[in-house]
Amino acid sequence: MIPALRRYARALTRDADTADDLVQDTLVRALRSERLFLGGDVRSWLYTILTNLNKNRRRSLARRPQFMPLLDNNPDASGTEAEGRDIARALATLVEEQRSVLLLVMLEGLSYREVADIQGVPIGTIMSRLARARAHVKAAIEGERPALRRVK
Amino acid sequence: MTDPRIPVTEDELHAYIDNELPAERRGDVEAWLSTHPDDAERVRSWREMAEALHARYDSVADEPVPPRLSIDRLAQQPRKWMYGAIAATLAAFIAGGGTGWLARGAAASPSMFQNFTVDALDAHKLYVVEVRHPVEVPGSERAHLQQWLTKRCGWDVRAPELGATGLKLVGGRLLPGPTGPASFLMYESASGERFTVYTARAKTETTQMRYVKQDNDGALFWADNGVGYVVSGGSDRDRLTQVARLVYDQTEKTGG
Repeated sequence: MIPALRRYARALTRDADTADDLVQDTLVRALRSERLFLGGDVRSWLYTILTNLNKNRRRSLARRPQFMPLLDNNPDASGTEAEGRDIARALATLVEEQRSVLLLVMLEGLSYREVADIQGVPIGTIMSRLARARAHVKAAIEGERPALRRVK
Repeated sequence: MTDPRIPVTEDELHAYIDNELPAERRGDVEAWLSTHPDDAERVRSWREMAEALHARYDSVADEPVPPRLSIDRLAQQPRKWMYGAIAATLAAFIAGGGTGWLARGAAASPSMFQNFTVDALDAHKLYVVEVRHPVEVPGSERAHLQQWLTKRCGWDVRAPELGATGLKLVGGRLLPGPTGPASFLMYESASGERFTVYTARAKTETTQMRYVKQDNDGALFWADNGVGYVVSGGSDRDRLTQVARLVYDQTEKTGG
């Protein structure tokens, strides 16, 4: 479960250290409140904690000056480098809820129902967020490729 | 059986590649895609997107888990750094919040009641993001917390039991309110969702419950026997109402 949480956190935050901080806080919180866990799916529960913590983290960042990473600092991309950068950059342009839905469905393989429970919204909202996210990422990737070719 | 002549919707295309489509409709969608190249192209691009995501991020899941994320290690010493030094909390409060409170006091406000709702929401926003130092006194010292806040505020401060809504008391702190001290209690669900209950002296004796929303936060507020209550939480109004009801019922019983 921890490897999958790390993958989700990395894609969500696009920063290795921030991602592992989130996973650590998620695990600590889960351990601390295990008595509060009322049954159900542990996997969904952990994704929920992580998603909420990231939301809190982003809200606290929003009040400070923004420091954006100049470069994607994860040079460990497998696959072709360009492909990895394309998708990471396209993800970065999504709003938080859409990025989370896209990753939970497409990367983590969760069902619409599970994602709806994680985000605390109806399934219809999840479907429209997913559709918007896919359209947005598609446009971002297609908009970027011709420019890359020209540079080469 | 579904009717293959019913046009395939955008939602169905997504459900199709996410394996969320009812089995009996899959054939219809496949037939549709063979005659609608634009839709087929989109579905193909979504598949490529999923492949690109896995190509980019699956390697993270294959890495060895760093020692600091080892469950054994985390389970051994969670307390040590969860409720850190009170001094650090105070320092963070003074540096982060103190000046804000003073600055707002100088600005004229339309109504005291609105003013303290804004204070409550600001406090909510300020502290719900705190991972290590959200409160001054932890919820494990509930009796001491209630006694201390009651003494400082001058009215009966009781931390309501919100277990029925899945919320547990994180703890509380004393805050400067618009006309004197204010009490601030934080609650948390198992999934990390946080709610706060703020009380301060109100000029209005008793009012109905009212709702206010700011950005992604919402608050329900009311006054009862000269004490104002503000329950703040996320943007889900039904959930907030559920929590506020429970707070309201318990304060009413204890006589405010």
